[in-house]
Amino acid sequence: MAANVRSFEAIKKERFKDENCPTPTSEEQMKVEESVEQLFDLFSKMVEIDLDAPTLLRIHHAAFLKKSLTYLPNAYQCLDASRPWLCYWILHSLELLDETLVSEDISKIAQFLGKCQSPEGGFAGGPGQFPHLAPTYAAVNALCTLGTEEAYNIIDREKLQKFLWSVRSPEGAFQMHPGGEVDIRGVYCALAVARLTNIYTDALFDNSANWIVSCQTYEGGFSGSPGMEAHGGYAFCGLAALSLLGKEQLCDIKSFLRWIVNRQMRFEGGFQGRTNKLVDGCYSFWQGGAFPLLHRILTQQDPSAVSMERWLFHQEALQEYILICCQNSSGGLVDKPTKPRDIYHTCYTLSGLSVAQHFVHGKANIVGNPNNELAPIHPVYNVGLEAALNALQYFQQLPVPQTQPS
Amino acid sequence: MAEADSSSEELYDEGNWVFYKYRVDWNDVVPVPQDDGPYPIVAIAYSEKFRDIYDYFRAILKSCEKSERALQLTKDALDLNPANYTVWQYRREILKHLNKDLIPELQYVKEMIEENPKNYQVWHHRRVIVEWLQDPSYELNLTETILSQDAKNYHAWQHRQWVIRTFKLFNNELEYVEQLLDDDIRNNSAWNQRYFVINNTTGFTKEVIDRELEFTLNKIKKVTNNESAWNYLRGVLLHHTGGISQDPAVKKMCEELYLSGNRSPFLLAFLVDMCEEKIERADGDMNDSLQHAVQLCDVLANEYDTIRKEYWNYVARSLSQRMNSSEDEATGSMKTE
Ligand SMILES: [Zn+2]
Repeated sequence: MAANVRSFEAIKKERFKDENCPTPTSEEQMKVEESVEQLFDLFSKMVEIDLDAPTLLRIHHAAFLKKSLTYLPNAYQCLDASRPWLCYWILHSLELLDETLVSEDISKIAQFLGKCQSPEGGFAGGPGQFPHLAPTYAAVNALCTLGTEEAYNIIDREKLQKFLWSVRSPEGAFQMHPGGEVDIRGVYCALAVARLTNIYTDALFDNSANWIVSCQTYEGGFSGSPGMEAHGGYAFCGLAALSLLGKEQLCDIKSFLRWIVNRQMRFEGGFQGRTNKLVDGCYSFWQGGAFPLLHRILTQQDPSAVSMERWLFHQEALQEYILICCQNSSGGLVDKPTKPRDIYHTCYTLSGLSVAQHFVHGKANIVGNPNNELAPIHPVYNVGLEAALNALQYFQQLPVPQTQPS
Repeated sequence: MAEADSSSEELYDEGNWVFYKYRVDWNDVVPVPQDDGPYPIVAIAYSEKFRDIYDYFRAILKSCEKSERALQLTKDALDLNPANYTVWQYRREILKHLNKDLIPELQYVKEMIEENPKNYQVWHHRRVIVEWLQDPSYELNLTETILSQDAKNYHAWQHRQWVIRTFKLFNNELEYVEQLLDDDIRNNSAWNQRYFVINNTTGFTKEVIDRELEFTLNKIKKVTNNESAWNYLRGVLLHHTGGISQDPAVKKMCEELYLSGNRSPFLLAFLVDMCEEKIERADGDMNDSLQHAVQLCDVLANEYDTIRKEYWNYVARSLSQRMNSSEDEATGSMKTE
């Protein structure tokens, strides 16, 4: 058995113990562990034959993604207001897999995203819909992943800044769209696009850091809005947003760290989103992706105690969960065993896998087949590292628009 | 009212569905097809019904038509995609424009929530309607119904917190939380709600802290591996003047658990933090505390919490180094004196 694979005999002792007090939480947890253990057992037999196992099904995933880029079955109707997301999830996944697109296709995708841009600025869920911060973030990330000048120039930066003003609340939080809900995703999406395209101004994000900090809970993670429960997706948004503001020190890093390390499941190896919830492949990124950010913060605070070889989570265990439990044999990745594949989970499990494989500049840490190695990401934006740096460099040359709130 | 509000779904059941393009009462409207440009990307295989409804939705959006029939059309559009925030937003504009009675709208959005309990837009619509009505009287019931099916539904909790805070409905909330914890002691959303209620009502006064500690310690004794209860314990102790290491009841429970052979990683983790705090407070022999903490980190890393090995090794290094550097400082300052 490969040296960096956990001993499945040894981890059997990590199975959930309900202390003779079964509740819905413990019953569901034990059911999931059962299905994970079956796959682990199957895998330990397979690895005796194939020493390189587990293997990332690159060709299958790429084929699934490329097909989805042009055609999506009827079941995706419920994502008709998230089409820039679909583009981003697919393009980012393909980038991680080192799959290239021909320049003609790159241009077509860029033009389609242009069709999703609103005349008022910002991007909408599809052509003709109202602008919204989430598809705006997705479209900007997708265009930066494409990385051509044509793609960059699709973004109307001045109008984008005006759109951000239009959704800013007086406390420095952001509505998802005019008349829409306010939560911590809004401020992260706004900051990410503002920094990436160089339209950030201090005035636009005045007091935002304080609002974000008000979402940190007694558990240490961030919630969607003040008072709510700490949650993986929102925790990433909170920490990444503070990083984009350069104000990480305003939150309690120690309790954040304690909370997030405890989200990795002792048996499954993947991450859960909240305390006492189930493992889910997409948190491989939402939780796993926060560790590179934490590493940077802790290196500033406490340089000699921080490991210079590894993140502060179990990188091999996460890779095993993804490779053994989250791959659909016909391509695409999933939340957990028995769940159907979808593009969202494909994107975020692969993004998490990339984080688990790559430490800062060091050598890659690859579980299983050496060919499993994915491209590295920029953890703040979740865009390919090279693509993010190229985009930052491109937009840095352009002047920052100075629009005012209307 | 009932007639005007019924969706055309009810007028035309699935078998007799009539496309908008064949409806006489819509023949004045020219449908607007979706403009994906010359190269459709991520093209979804829409059903004919979906395409037809959205062609007409785009048409009324373009002409800014705010009529009864437009209101019905939004319902049909939302039936096929309840996540289309543009349709919801436009529906709100029509409701305002027509000055509609909002009580039937509450019923409609309730049904939509029941069908799509994890959708952002349905809950946001609910909130806006309740804001317009300034009437929260149905909200606790609604969220209880949803939480009875999924006690951790984030949207339901968020809506409930908003209603409780906005309309000051804290009165029976602690009892509700206790009932949920009786159903499932591991329900972290319920623990979080407990914190929310106290934080927004009495605050963590001395009496409240004592009461909450007793409550939580009992729950921990019942299920020692329940992270939710341990996290809540830390939450309460954030407000304790003695931090996490000085409360006698907490100390006693931890000691007893440890001596009884309990090695819950949450207990061991808590003991590490107690040691750390004792060092910071200069309470007792600092070297003893450090040694104890490092030992605990070691067994956590290698035996009881191996998935977090990196973390426990980091905590141990960080503690030892902070001790060393503070000793250096102390000897350094003695020398200068
Ligand atoms: Zn997921």
